Amino acid sequence: MKSIQRRVTNPSKAPTGIEGFDEITNGGLPYGRTTLLVGQPGSGKTIFGMRFLVHGARACREPGIFVAFEETAQRIVANAEGFGWNLPELVQRKKLFIVDAQPQPDVVQTGDFDLSGLLTALEAQARHMGARRIVFDAIDIMLALLPDPAAKRREMYRLHAWLLEHELTGIITAKAGGDEASSLTEHPFSFVQFMVDCSVALNHSVSLGVSQRNLRVQKFRGSAFDENEAPFVIGKNGFDVAIARALGREDSAVSDERVSSGVARLDTMLGGGYYRGASVLITGFPGTAKTTLSGAFAESACRRGERTMFFSFDSDGTEVIRNLKSVGIRLERFVKSGLLRMVSARSMGGSAESVLVRIKTLAREHQARCLVIDPVSTLAKTGNELTAHGVAERLVDWSKSNGTTLVCTSLLDEMHGQLDGATPLQISTMADTWIHLNYLVQSGERNRGLSIIKSRGTPHSNQVRELILSDAGVTLADIYTAGGEVLMGTLRWEKESAERVATEVAEVAGKLKRVTLKAEEAVLKVRAKSMETELLAKQVEKTLLDRTTQSRKGEQSRGRIRMRQLRGADRGSARTKPEVL
Amino acid sequence: MIRLPRFKFRLYVAGTTQNSTRASANLSAFCTAHLPERHEIEVVDVLRNPKLAMADRVFMTPTLIKLAPAPDRRMVGTLSQPQLLLETLGLEN
Repeated sequence: MKSIQRRVTNPSKAPTGIEGFDEITNGGLPYGRTTLLVGQPGSGKTIFGMRFLVHGARACREPGIFVAFEETAQRIVANAEGFGWNLPELVQRKKLFIVDAQPQPDVVQTGDFDLSGLLTALEAQARHMGARRIVFDAIDIMLALLPDPAAKRREMYRLHAWLLEHELTGIITAKAGGDEASSLTEHPFSFVQFMVDCSVALNHSVSLGVSQRNLRVQKFRGSAFDENEAPFVIGKNGFDVAIARALGREDSAVSDERVSSGVARLDTMLGGGYYRGASVLITGFPGTAKTTLSGAFAESACRRGERTMFFSFDSDGTEVIRNLKSVGIRLERFVKSGLLRMVSARSMGGSAESVLVRIKTLAREHQARCLVIDPVSTLAKTGNELTAHGVAERLVDWSKSNGTTLVCTSLLDEMHGQLDGATPLQISTMADTWIHLNYLVQSGERNRGLSIIKSRGTPHSNQVRELILSDAGVTLADIYTAGGEVLMGTLRWEKESAERVATEVAEVAGKLKRVTLKAEEAVLKVRAKSMETELLAKQVEKTLLDRTTQSRKGEQSRGRIRMRQLRGADRGSARTKPEVL
Repeated sequence: MIRLPRFKFRLYVAGTTQNSTRASANLSAFCTAHLPERHEIEVVDVLRNPKLAMADRVFMTPTLIKLAPAPDRRMVGTLSQPQLLLETLGLEN
């Protein structure tokens, strides 16, 4: 939002306060000059003019005068109330003056006349209140009273000269009938186009039963401007012009922060989750759990305490909450706490453009950091496809410039969607992450498969996973490939349980083996112990034997010596051969 | 003899522009011709008295307002068609 609300300050421009328009014109209307605003009846000329004055009075310290040729002052004040402009307060503070300049119906015209009276009266008023801005609403009504083209021309020049002389930033509005281009050149006072410094055309057309408003700056002397037709909407705040990208707007800051998708395994597949501020597209056929996946995202955003907005075009917000509860996604507490706002947009009619503006306005009001649009493909239905594409582009652009994380779902057409191909709005090319949900029909079952088609700037899993919804929540299961075929649902379950049994058997066998081994080990240990004892006994026995032998030998030799001593013979021989027994 | 009503006019002009002087002259001539001795003309210059013009919601000059007899009638322009003036003022016969 910041980049749009950032005021373009330009001394030569008078900002209108109309979001989008100031960007197109690089700051607003030419300061101290005259702008011509042409459009069909009901195209928003009066609102544009009044918005310009209100903004001047409130934000630019430029009081203004509104000269109403068509409507009474009371009606203008009452109409402005609908936009919350509170004109009576401005009038009281002398920041705004409304001149009731409708020609009286019973006025009789005899001969030539001019506008000096009006201009003199306005001059006095302008001096009195220090007015810098002025709007002449529906000048054509007044001009119609003038008898001949020459007089019309003369009075327009008088008006223009007067505006320039007093350096008032002026808007002159005039009706244009039917086709814009031809009506301006064939109009009796088309010369006004050449006279003014800036010219803006408002266009209101109906295409396929859908109203479409467009605005185009036709000329702007001495300034660059966006020449394209820009759609606009008359909304709650008055006037809102949609622009894809203003002149010279810088790129929005990107974030490395990741936000959870609400499904833990999906986060892993995406290398940590979605990027903050990314645009995520979830495509799939009806019933592939697109809403559930986006609901999971909304829930996790609320858990983190981020303000979230959920636009539901298919069903009522309360229905979505109820349905999501069945898969363990509980949103009502966040709705109660005000963190989450559900918008049932089924009733939101009108062109794609007006839907976008409503989305933007509501999201801004709610200060949403995370936004879910379910499904975005509705845009293509309410308007014609041509504009819907631009709208989707602006939606992505806008959410990026705000750093809003956008998750939108898109319904694929059964007919051409089989190709995994383009989404109706071609939003798939703009989205940062594209998750595709698919059905896999196999042995009498329909199972949901999830795959990540792309995810910019992040490694992501190439695997198709099975999306499982249960009352415990949403999770992803690995799928089995057997013989080149992907197994899902019951087949996967069978495979899983077979594997489970196999592991169990293996586990039991292992246990048994371990017990046997333990027993054997124990036996061996016992045996080792007893043998050790035996060894010790043998050693003792051996030592004992040795000792006995020695002592016997000693005893014998001592005996023999004693004997020899006693005999007193065989001295030498007894020494050399003592062993002979 | 019935007493004829007296006419009160206020003529707004813008300085001495051609239209203004012409309207003044036309009105005087008309009054002398059709309303002798029973008319009053007040000429207001919007350049000098813009507030009164705003109050009277006079935006085009010259503007003639018939204040009496009631009801008020307004005419814009140089009053160059006496016949139209007669019709508007109800003086045809």
